Amino acid sequence: MQFMLLFSRQGKLRLQKWYVPLSDKEKKKITRELVQTVLARKPKMCSFLEWRDLKIVYKRYASLYFCCAIEDQDNELITLEIIHRYVELLDKYFGSVCELDIIFNFEKAYFILDEFLLGGEVQETSKKNVLKAIEQADLLQEVRYFPRCVTPFSF
Amino acid sequence: MQAVSKGDGMRGLAVFISDIRNCKSKEAEIKRINKELANIRSKFKGDKALDGYSKKKYVCKLLFIFLLGHDIDFGHMEAVNLLSSNRYTEKQIGYLFISVLVNSNSELIRLINNAIKNDLASRNPTFMCLALHCIANVGSREMGEAFAADIPRILVAGDSMDSVKQSAALCLLRLYKASPDLVPMGEWTARVVHLLNDQHMGVVTAAVSLITCLCKKNPDDFKTCISLAVSRLSRIVSSASTDLQDYTYYFVPAPWLSVKLLRLLQCYPPPEDAAVKGRLVECLETVLNKAQEPPKSKKVQHSNAKNAILFETISLIIHYDSEPNLLVRACNQLGQFLQHRETNLRYLALESMCTLASSEFSHEAVKTHIETVINALKTERDVSVRQRAVDLLYAMCDRSNAPQIVAEMLSYLETADYSIREEIVLKVAILAEKYAVDYTWYVDTILNLIRIAGDYVSEEVWYRVIQIVINRDDVQGYAAKTVFEALQAPACHENLVKVGGYILGEFGNLIAGDPRSSPLIQFNLLHSKFHLCSVPTRALLLSTYIKFVNLFPEVKPTIQDVLRSDSQLRNADVELQQRAVEYLRLSTVASTDILATVLEEMPPFPERESSILAKLKKKKGPSTVTDLEDTKRERSVDVNGGPEPAPASTSAVSTPSPSADLLGLGAAPPAPAGPPPSSGSGGLLVDVFSDSASAVAPLAPGSEDNFARFVCKNNGVLFENQLLQIGLKSEFRQNLGRMFIFYGNKTSTQFLNFTPTLICSDDLQPHLNLQTKPVDPTVEGGAQVQQVVNIECVSDFTEAPVLSIQFRYGGTFQNVSVQLPITLNKFFQPTEMASQDFFQRWKQLSNPQQEVQNIFKAKHPMDTEVTKAKIIGFGSALLEEVDPNPANFVGAGIIHTKTTQIGCLLRLEPNLQAQMYRLTLRTSKEAVSQRLCELLSAQF
Repeated sequence: MQFMLLFSRQGKLRLQKWYVPLSDKEKKKITRELVQTVLARKPKMCSFLEWRDLKIVYKRYASLYFCCAIEDQDNELITLEIIHRYVELLDKYFGSVCELDIIFNFEKAYFILDEFLLGGEVQETSKKNVLKAIEQADLLQEVRYFPRCVTPFSF
Repeated sequence: MQAVSKGDGMRGLAVFISDIRNCKSKEAEIKRINKELANIRSKFKGDKALDGYSKKKYVCKLLFIFLLGHDIDFGHMEAVNLLSSNRYTEKQIGYLFISVLVNSNSELIRLINNAIKNDLASRNPTFMCLALHCIANVGSREMGEAFAADIPRILVAGDSMDSVKQSAALCLLRLYKASPDLVPMGEWTARVVHLLNDQHMGVVTAAVSLITCLCKKNPDDFKTCISLAVSRLSRIVSSASTDLQDYTYYFVPAPWLSVKLLRLLQCYPPPEDAAVKGRLVECLETVLNKAQEPPKSKKVQHSNAKNAILFETISLIIHYDSEPNLLVRACNQLGQFLQHRETNLRYLALESMCTLASSEFSHEAVKTHIETVINALKTERDVSVRQRAVDLLYAMCDRSNAPQIVAEMLSYLETADYSIREEIVLKVAILAEKYAVDYTWYVDTILNLIRIAGDYVSEEVWYRVIQIVINRDDVQGYAAKTVFEALQAPACHENLVKVGGYILGEFGNLIAGDPRSSPLIQFNLLHSKFHLCSVPTRALLLSTYIKFVNLFPEVKPTIQDVLRSDSQLRNADVELQQRAVEYLRLSTVASTDILATVLEEMPPFPERESSILAKLKKKKGPSTVTDLEDTKRERSVDVNGGPEPAPASTSAVSTPSPSADLLGLGAAPPAPAGPPPSSGSGGLLVDVFSDSASAVAPLAPGSEDNFARFVCKNNGVLFENQLLQIGLKSEFRQNLGRMFIFYGNKTSTQFLNFTPTLICSDDLQPHLNLQTKPVDPTVEGGAQVQQVVNIECVSDFTEAPVLSIQFRYGGTFQNVSVQLPITLNKFFQPTEMASQDFFQRWKQLSNPQQEVQNIFKAKHPMDTEVTKAKIIGFGSALLEEVDPNPANFVGAGIIHTKTTQIGCLLRLEPNLQAQMYRLTLRTSKEAVSQRLCELLSAQF
C-alpha cells in the first residue's frame, strides 16, 4: 500500500498515512485530487478506480471516507477488508467510533494504525493482539478526552 | 475499555481542537492557530522547565496544526526530548511527531538515532516496537545507514518477542525497499524463510511480506520458501473456519495471510517437486471448490475475504499459465461474477478476464462471454466498470469477432464518457487495422471514428489511415470515393478534411472519371471547407491543390487563381504565404515533366510498429519522457539541417514517437506534395529551380549511402532499400560512445541467417575499439531488431568502420555494406573561450603542419543558422564575438582519445558573393587537422 487517507464528506482530511517518500507539496496535491475524485462518485459505484498508475480502493463509513492507494499487483478486495478491519479496531477501541473520535483523538488513530499496518503491509490481523498493544499503553496513561457524537459508523 | 480514568487526558488539546472547529472562517482559524503557536513558543522558550506532560501536550498540538496543513518550524527539539522519556505515552507522542515531521536536520537526526538506539537496546518490547515503527515510518536512507545492520539480528534472535519480530520484519522491508544496498544479506536470510513455519500467525503474516520482496530481487537464494509457503497455505485452506480463532475473519481462515502466500508463490514458476506441486494444485482446487459452496455468512466481509483469496488464486493460475483445466475453471468462475449483483465483483471479473484472454488455453473460453461483456458496456452505470469492459473486449478480440467488437465499440463511442473517448478511439483504430481482411472495412471504420469522435482522433490515427491507403493500392479508389462522399456532409470534422485533402491529392484521379466527382467538383468541395480550417489544415490543402495541378491540368487555371488571390499570396501566416508563392511559381515555371516528378505519388511507407499502438502503450504504461525528449532534439536537428537530400527517409526508425514516425506527414506544416516530403518546404523548392539534377537525384532513396549526413548528427536512417532499413541512434561522451543500430525488415517475409558484421581495417584497428553482440539470425517480416555497439576511441583515426550485412531473403542471398558513421569529430568536447584566449592559442598553433586549410564552393544554400547548427552538431563550441568579422564562424573543442587529448580550433569564412567558403583548422596534430577539415568541408 502506498498511502491511506481518511476524509470527511466535506473533503476535510482527518488522517493521512504515507508509506512512500513524497514531498509535502506532492502529498497535498495528491490529497486534493483524490478527495475530489472520490467525492464525485455516486454511492452505488464500485469501490475501485484506476488513478495515475495506482489502484484506489475506498469505502465510506457514515460521514468518513477511507481511501487506500495500492499498486498494480495488489489485491483490491483484501484492501477493502483492511479498511474494514481498521474501522473495527477503531470501533472497538472508542466504542461506536464516529468522526469526532478521530478528530479529537487523532494520535490514537495513528497508534492503532501503526499496530495494524506497518510500512504499508499488514502486520497483525488479530483484533485482540492489536488492541492488547494499545491497551497496555492506556493502562499506563490518562484517559482520553472524548466528546460523544451522534452518528457512529454503521456496520 | 473506554472509561480508563486517570487524570484528565490532554484537556488543553481537546479545547484547542474545539476552538479550531468552532472557527467560522479560514482567517479565524489562522488567527487562532497563530495565537496557539505564539503561546507554545513562549512556553518552550520560557525559563520554567516544562514537565513531560506539558511538553507532550504542546508537541501534540503542533502535530495537530501541521496535520491541518500549516507549516511548523519549531518544536522538533522538544519532540526529540520526549523520545528519552520513560513514560510510554510521552515517548509515543515524541515518536509520532518525528515520524510525521521528520526533517533532515543533521543535528537532530543524530539525537533521534541515539534515542532509537537506546530503545532498541532496552529489551522492553513496547519500547522496541515504538522505535521500529518510527524507523519504518520514516524509512529514510539515514535511518537505513544507522539501523539496517541491527534489525536482521533483532528479527531472528531467539529471545525476541513475537510483536517485536513482526515490527522488525516490516521495518526491514521498508528499509530494503528504500535502499536495498544497505541491507546486508547473510545467514539471517535462511532463518527468515523459516519464519513461514512460525507458530504465531501474526509473525508469519508480517514475515511473508518481507520474504516476497526479497524473493523478487534474489529468487534463487530464497527458493526454499516455495515448499514452506505451499504447506502453510495448504494448512490454512484446509482448516475449518474456526480453527484459527482470532485469525479467522468472518468465517474465512486467515484471508490476509492466504493472499500474501499466494502472492509469494507468484514470484516463481510452478514448483518442480511433484509432491509440492500436487499439494499446491490441491489447494487451488479447494479454493475454486469453495467458491461454489453456499456462503457461511451474508455479510459482505465474508464474501470479500473469500473472493480476495479466490482472485489471488486465479492470478496464480494465470501466472503459471500451464494448467488448462484450472484456467478454464477460473474463466468459468469469473464468468459467473460477470453477472453478479455486486459491482465490485463485476469490475474485478472483467479486469481478471483481460489477463486470461491472453492465455492460449483460456482465450476461447473467455470469448464465450462476449455478449455479457458487450451488455456490460451498454448497461453498467459506473464508468470505471465500462472502462474495464472496453479493455476486455479489446483483449478478447481476434479475427473471428473483430467486426462485432469494433461495431460495438463504435456505437458505445457515441455516448462514451469524455474521459475514455481517446483511448477507445485508439483501440478501435488498432483493432480495425490489425484484423482487417477487407481494407474497405478499415477505411469505413476510421472515417466513422472521425465522424463520431473527431475531436478525440489524434494525429497518429489519421496519419495511419493515410499510410495504409498509400501502401495498399487495392483500397485507394475506394478510399477516394468514400472520403469524397463523406466530405459532402454539410458539417464535417477538420480531421476528415485533412484525410480527405490528402487522399484526394494522391488518388483523386481514380474517381475523376465519374462526372459527379470531376476534378473541378473535387476541388470546389475541398475549397469550400478551406476557410473553416486551421492553418496546418489549410497548408495541407494547398499541397493538395498543387497536386491537383499535376493530376488535372484542366483545373490548373482555377487553382492558380486561388493561389494568386491576396488572401493566399499575402496571407499573414508565413507558411501559407510561402506555400502559395512557391506553388504558384512552380505551377507556372516547371515543365510538365518536372511537375510530374516533383508531385509524384507518395512512395509506400516502411512498415513498422504502428504509431497508434505505441501511443496506446504510452497512455497505459508509465510515461517515457526520455523518448519524447530524444524526438524533440532529433527534430530540431532535422530542421536545422534543412537542405539535406531525401529527408523522406530521415525520420528515425528508432523512436516510435508520433513525429518521428510520420515521414512526410511529419510536423505541423504538412509536407509539400513532392515525393521527398521535406520538413521545411523552402530548401526543396529552391533546389527544383536552381539545379534540377539535384532535385531528381534524391527521389529514389534506393541504396544511397547517407554516411556524410551523420557527421553532424547522431540519429537517423543510414541506409534503406526495398528490403532493409538501417537506422542509427548514438551518443558519445569523451572518448567513449554507444551506437544503437536498428535493422528493419520492410518486407512481410522473414530474413534468415541475418548476420551483421563490423569490420575495422588493419589501419583502423589499433585506433578504434568496437564491441557488440550478435543479433538473432531470424528477422520476422515487418519486425525490427536492435544491436548495440560500444565504442572506444583509442587514438585519432581517419577511416570509418564498415558494417557488412548478410542474410537470406526468399531464396536469395543478400549482401549489404555501408560505412558506419563513427568519425573523429564524435569525440569532440566543446570548449568555451574568450576572444583573447582564442587568438592566443591560435598563434601558438602557427606551425605550418598544424594548420590545414580548404577553400571550396558551397554545395548548399549559405544560411547562417544552418551553418551554426552544423558547427555545433560537428561537436565543437561555437564561439560568438570572437572573430572581428561577424560573418565568420569560430569554434573550439577538444578531441578525446584514450591516449591523449587534442585541442582544436576552427574558423569558417563564408563569401556570399562568390558562394565560397574558406575553412581553417588548427590542432596540435597534423592528421587530426587534416581529417577534421575533410569532414567539415563536406558539410557546406
